[in-house]
Amino acid sequence: MGLADLFRRKGTSSIAKDRLKLVLVSDRAGCSPEVMEQIKNDIIAVISKYIEIDLDGLDIKITQTESETHNGTVPALFANIPIKDMKASKK
Amino acid sequence: MGEVIVVTSGKGGVGKTTTTANVGTGLAMLEKKVVLIDTDIGLRNLDVVMGLENRIVYNLVDVIEGNCRIRNALIKDKRYPNLYLLPSAQTRDKNSVTPEQMRKLADELREEFDYILMDCPAGIEQGFRNAIAGADKALVVTTPEVSAVRDADRIIGLLEANEMQETYLVVNRLRMDMVKRGDMMSSEDVTEILAIDLIGVVPDDESIVISTNQGEPLVGSDSLAGRAYMNIARRLAGDEVPFLDLNERNSFFSKLFGKNRRY
Repeated sequence: MGLADLFRRKGTSSIAKDRLKLVLVSDRAGCSPEVMEQIKNDIIAVISKYIEIDLDGLDIKITQTESETHNGTVPALFANIPIKDMKASKK
Repeated sequence: MGEVIVVTSGKGGVGKTTTTANVGTGLAMLEKKVVLIDTDIGLRNLDVVMGLENRIVYNLVDVIEGNCRIRNALIKDKRYPNLYLLPSAQTRDKNSVTPEQMRKLADELREEFDYILMDCPAGIEQGFRNAIAGADKALVVTTPEVSAVRDADRIIGLLEANEMQETYLVVNRLRMDMVKRGDMMSSEDVTEILAIDLIGVVPDDESIVISTNQGEPLVGSDSLAGRAYMNIARRLAGDEVPFLDLNERNSFFSKLFGKNRRY
């Protein structure tokens, strides 16, 4: 590692913290990556019956969100599903 | 009536047994009557850390199975008049005991002791369930590493599910030099992630290895780790104790004389 790298190098503790936060969200929700994949596929299947969606732009994950009822955060299922075309409106 | 405290972590090797030995000895130094119970059946360790391995006659399983009375199995620590150890059985397994039996044992010991400290085995199986069964409070020990913190989070979830009344965090083996250069999570980082109350921060200190070699808890000694453990004991006993300045070893004098480099 050169001197330039030494100065550019960011501490690894923030990487550890970010990775932990992500892994704990799915740990706490009791939701493995395999289950998430199944949920994603099921959601795609259901929505695709009515709407054409952009599969490449699709993003489904479990995140933390501010609780509406008490202080602190709660896990939430976040889904960003871009719509390509409304099939229903064609009728 | 005494208080039952379980020392647990999920991950192995983060310092549960060392914490149990030192916090328990610290409480005894504060003139509390203390019994340490090694609940790690089959992998007994608390006895060697306490330096009491040559005095074992009966063990936890003997007591549970009624082969002896509780007081026959308790080893009195001659260095501290209020301190006792109930060692684990080495040749049995975790299924030799049930959570119900552990709860009953803890309740009997409450009558006589101020503090009953349970040293929990690693893992989340039967041994963990046995150790937490009779406990009022839990100390969750972790090191500032992703693996240990992740397991601690799982343990905290299980403790909540088992309706543990109070759960406190001990961040063990912190290296301030690494925290300062951003290569180790700080105790604040870990506390923020795990979201439970912090009760102690213990620096990585080579005097722990030295004291364990000798079977002598280092709590109460002048080392940073010894003082950190004493502070945990005092906080458990209800004192308000400020957190230690772990940067102390970088002080002008220790640099000047270059000795006692403590980690």
